[in-house]
Order: sequence, then structure tokens, then C-alpha cells
Amino acid sequence: MALDLTFTAEQQRFRAEVRAWLAANVPATPLKTLESEAGFAQHREWERTLARGNYGMITWPKEYGGRGANLIDWLVFEEEYYRAAAPLRVNQNGIFLLGPTLMEFGSAAQKARYLPAMAAGEEIWAQAWSEPQSGSDLAALRATAVREGDSYVLRGHKIWSSRAAFADWAFGIFRTDAAAERHRGLTFILVPLRHPGVRVRGIRQIHGEPGFAEIFFEDARVPVANRLGEEGQGWHIAMATAGFERGLMLRSPARFQVAARRLVELWRSRAASADPALVGRVAQAWMDAEAYALNTYRTASRLMAGGSIGVEASLNKIFWSELDLELHRTAMSLLGTRAELLPGAASEDTDAWLEGFIFSLAGPIYAGTNEIQRNLIAERLLGLPRG
Amino acid sequence: MDFTFTDEQRMMAAAFRELTADLCAPQALRALFDGRDADAQTRWQRLADLGLFGVRAPAASGGLGLADADFVLLAEEAGRAVLPEPLIEQAALAVPALTELADAPAAAALLPSVASGEARVAVAHPQNPLVNAPPGLSHWLLCTPRGILLAAADAVKAPVRASVDAGRRLLEPDLTSVTGGITLVSGARAAEVGARILNRGSVFSAAQCLGLTERMLALASEYAKERVQFGKPIGSYQAVKHHLASVAVKLEFARPVVYAAATRLGGTDARTEACASHAKLAASDAAELAARTAIQVHGAMGYSWELDLHFFMKRAWALAGAWGERSFHARRLQALVCSGLALGPDQTFAATG
Repeated sequence: MALDLTFTAEQQRFRAEVRAWLAANVPATPLKTLESEAGFAQHREWERTLARGNYGMITWPKEYGGRGANLIDWLVFEEEYYRAAAPLRVNQNGIFLLGPTLMEFGSAAQKARYLPAMAAGEEIWAQAWSEPQSGSDLAALRATAVREGDSYVLRGHKIWSSRAAFADWAFGIFRTDAAAERHRGLTFILVPLRHPGVRVRGIRQIHGEPGFAEIFFEDARVPVANRLGEEGQGWHIAMATAGFERGLMLRSPARFQVAARRLVELWRSRAASADPALVGRVAQAWMDAEAYALNTYRTASRLMAGGSIGVEASLNKIFWSELDLELHRTAMSLLGTRAELLPGAASEDTDAWLEGFIFSLAGPIYAGTNEIQRNLIAERLLGLPRG
Repeated sequence: MDFTFTDEQRMMAAAFRELTADLCAPQALRALFDGRDADAQTRWQRLADLGLFGVRAPAASGGLGLADADFVLLAEEAGRAVLPEPLIEQAALAVPALTELADAPAAAALLPSVASGEARVAVAHPQNPLVNAPPGLSHWLLCTPRGILLAAADAVKAPVRASVDAGRRLLEPDLTSVTGGITLVSGARAAEVGARILNRGSVFSAAQCLGLTERMLALASEYAKERVQFGKPIGSYQAVKHHLASVAVKLEFARPVVYAAATRLGGTDARTEACASHAKLAASDAAELAARTAIQVHGAMGYSWELDLHFFMKRAWALAGAWGERSFHARRLQALVCSGLALGPDQTFAATG
């Protein structure tokens, strides 16, 4: 039956199983921020705990450390995960971005080498794409990979690389054909971050912690076996990765539904003194979080029926990043004079809204700015000419 | 859990789209807006010939026995076409209400002729004071404080009101003036039936807004590809691209809200009401943005009578106020979200029904 928007008994049983496991395993005290060295180590340990429960990445095949679960089960898992306020996934670049990319473009040997270690939380991944002169204009990137025998020699400077300050590996795009221009002659290469010729320097973000880093490649040598796909296929593969990033997996709806529920609670606690007009924004946040959830189930159903994600990923990325920002702006308005207080500075609990607000400002920037996403929608969905 | 439509649902919508391409061709809509329309009866008959009025009626009453969710794509098509006739009110509001009330002999007796399109029903509800009435109105279905009444066309004082949308023949019934008529149901059950009528009106108006949004977005995108200024198509400029992309985002995220709300229309619980209001708000906001964007992209041309765009804009404006105006739905939803509704990621869908 189509448009059947109810969970099956089996899905409910899985939900109960996940809920019970999380209740028994989620750390009682919140972990330190994963942007700090100590917090990163705690989050890495949590990934191992998840893997012991066989929850590392449930949609992957069993041989790679998954359960072979479908996308609806994955959404149920995520709902329970956020409901339980479980820690952020420190390996999100690995499991949500590189994982699906490897599944599609990796050799059997590469899948066996990297996926189980990713699902087990043993190797944490960062993304090495942007360069100082090449952000939105990614195809202008200059870092090179020169083939020497069975190796590539990497030179160049990557920047704004989330998690890279403490991660183990990065997946990057390098120019292998110096004569080729723009998106031609690029190759997708996997690089260990603690490696001769690789230097990582953390960059403090506006919250004060080194949430991203720059990576200097100074004649770093990696085996040709670290290349994903063919030489020159890098752009094509990277765009698939970007599709995963903006599309279904990076921001699961439960995150926003939990935030919207907290916002409603904040409104209730402040309704007596707050600007009555804010209730409209509170309700809008709830609506948008629900709309995002519904659309995610629609996308999952379409994928399960054999469809694919194309430019929808850009629609998605705009929607979740703007709803998140708007939701947190509303929270800051509700907190009013106390919105500026750092965690721990107030006697009452400001419930990490400031941290969330600062993080939400990054949403319309990372994973391709929303301006770039709107260009993509206009050109690929609406058929407008390139500028 | 499966958030896709069946081939049958899509095929039915495609057949209806083919019919509307003819019934609501640009010259037909233009004749209507210029006051030269003489085709209302013909259009009604052709809708009846395709069996559209009976989609929601039980087989025993000559219908297809399909569900609310089966109707949602048809409503979307009606919006896309700016269909002048109140197909939605008769087929998706009156028919299910009469089916539900079929223990009242008058309702049971009337149902087959409503499902065939022979009887022409106008549906009145306090949240929809301006009623989009069919050509050759024969009956009123009235949600009043006394209960749900069935009355003859001439039993209700209902002056004609001219709409900016020439495709809507509006009557404003005086619900206190009803003479005669049969009370089909009263009390708590009447309130429930009335609530379902309102929620269906809201969600199927929302579905029409989806179709309108898509149509206006397509018109504006086509124009932006053709219109050249400063030596380039205006659609190559980011200022124009970004406006249109924002409409596409609104549409994408209104769609599943409307479809999901359509699966809940049998209920009257808090979640059903929140979903119906959400659908109405999201889709009418999308249509409003599409209208505003489309006229801007068309420039002065968009402001002219000779361009078709205003047919779609006017329907979008009209539907924004129909079946619960924006402030009604916004307040209803705010009240539910801020007190009473269970919130959170495990609450969006029901367990196995």
C-alpha cells in the first residue's frame, strides 16, 4: 500500500531494542566537546562502544561492520539516538560521507581495508577539499599529486577541514594532471594525517576551540592503492560525496525535532514575559523540523524503491541549515538579556543554546554555501542558464 | 512505512491532468476572466464522465471507494489547472461526509447522485464563510451550531460575492437563515464530522496550492530563460536564480507535509489537526511566495492582464483564505504545539494501524 505512513511491528521492535541499548549505554554525564583533544578521545571511545553494540553504521553490509539495515531502520535508529541525547558522531565524515562513497567507487580491497575500521570507530576521518584560494570555487584547487612509481607525492595546502585537528585520516582531492583545467585532471586520494610530509595545524573557531584545521602536504608520499576510483575521476566522485553530505545522511531530522521540542519548552518557561510574536517562530521551528522529517522519509522511500538523490540534495541542505539557524535565533531571542551568557556563567540553565546558535551559523556555509546550492537548484532543477 | 504513491494513483492523476489540459486551456481561462465563459456545465459534465465525483464514494453508491490519500494528487492537479469548478468540495468533502452520515436516510438517498455529479452540493463551514459553489447548485451541506444540515439550494439565503479569482463562484450563506432542511446529525458527532470537513478542506486546499506553486515556478523559470537583458537571459543572474530556488525549496518541503496530512484525515485528534494546519500553512506560504516571485521575475509583463500568470496568482490568494485563513491555522497550530501535542522524533508517525 502506498503512502503507508505507519511503522511495522518489526520496526517498532527495532526501536525498542535501540531505545533499551541507548538507555543502558549513553554516558550519564555529557562528553567534553569533540573540538578539544580530551573530548575527541572521549567521542572516539563512544564510537567503539557503539561498535560493540553493532550500532556503528547499521545500514552497511554485515561484512563491513553493519547490520544490513534499510534506510527506514536507520531513521528509526537516529530518532532514538537523538531522543537519548547520545554524543555527536565524531566520525561523521567517515561513516556518512566517505563510507557511502567507498561503497560506490571503492575496490573490494579498499572496502575491506577502510569500512570495518570506520564502523568500529578505530579510524576517524576528515575531509580535505577546500584550499585558501578555492572554497566555493572548488574546481580551482591547486594541491597536486604527482605519480612516482607506485606512489603519489602530494603537495599543497588544504584548509577548513572539520575534525582534522585530531583525526587519523583525510580524504582529499588533488590535481594529478597539471595541464588539465578546473574539474578535469583531479583525483580522489585517501591520506593518513599522522604521516611524513603531512602537517596539521588547528584553527580556532569563533567558539574558541580548534574545530577545523589546515593541512600542509609537503612531499607526502602515499601508495597508489590509496587512490579511490580512477585517476582524473576525482571531481565526479567528490560530487557524489557532496550529494551524500547534503542529501540524506549528514543531518538526520531527529536532531532538529529534538531541538524544536526544547525550543517549545523554552517558550513555555518564558511565555509570561516573552514577546508574544515569538510564538509564531516557535511553531514555525516545529513545523520545519517535522517537514524535514517527512521529506527525509519520502527520500528514503524513493531510494528504497530504486531512485537516486540528485539536485534534491541541494534543496535539503538549504532547508535544514536555514531551519536550524532560525530555530536557534528564536531561542536567543527568547533568552533575551541572558542569551550572551557562557555555559556555567548563569545560575539557571541556558541549556547550551548559545553553543547551538554559534554552530548553526556554520550550516549555511559548510557543505557548499547556500548561495552555491541555490545556483545548483536554479541550473539543474529549473534549467536556468549558467551565469 | 512507504512514502511513495502507487502507479494507480499516479495514473489517475495523469488522466485528470490530461482532461484539465483541455478544460482549463489558456483560452478557456481567459474567457472566464473576461466574463465570456459559457462552459461551466460542460466542464462539470466532463468531470462527472471521468468519475471524479465518485472517487471517495463507496462502490455501493457508484463510487471507487478510495481514500483521502488517493485524492491528494487529484487536488494538486486541480490547483495546477486553476480548475474553476468546486470538484474538491463536492468529491472530497461532501461525499465522505454524506458517506459517514449514511445512517441518516436523507444522506444515504442523496449520496449516489452526488457521487455521479448529478446533484451539485455546496459545503458551508464557519471557517469557510465564502463558499465556492458549483454551477446549477442543488443542495447545501451546512455545518451549523445546530448540527450538520442538508438543505435545498433555495432554503438558504446566500448572496453572490464576486471574487478576484473569476474561477470561484462565491456565495455567502447566512447560516442562521436556513429554512427547512434536514438535520443529519447534531451534538458531539456533528462536531466531529464538521472537524473532518474542515481538515479535508484545509489539506485539499493545500494540495491545490502545491500544484499552483509548481505551475507558477515553471512559468517564471521559462520566462527567465527567454527574457534577455544586458545581453543575457535574466535567468543567468544570481539575483533571479536565488529567488526561484527559494520557491523550489518551499515547494519541496510543503509537499510531504500535505501528503502526510492527507493520510490522517479520518481522525480528529490533536495530531490530525496540527498536521492539517501545518499543511495549509506550508502550502499556502509556498504558493504565496511563488506568486510574489513569479510576478517579480516577469517584471511589468507579469503585471499585465494579457499574461496568464494572474490566473494562478489569484487562485493562490483566494485559497490562502479558504478553509481556515492563515491566522486561524497559525493559532490553532501554536496552541497545539505549545500545549498538549506530544512532541519529538518518535511522534511524527503512528504505529501500525
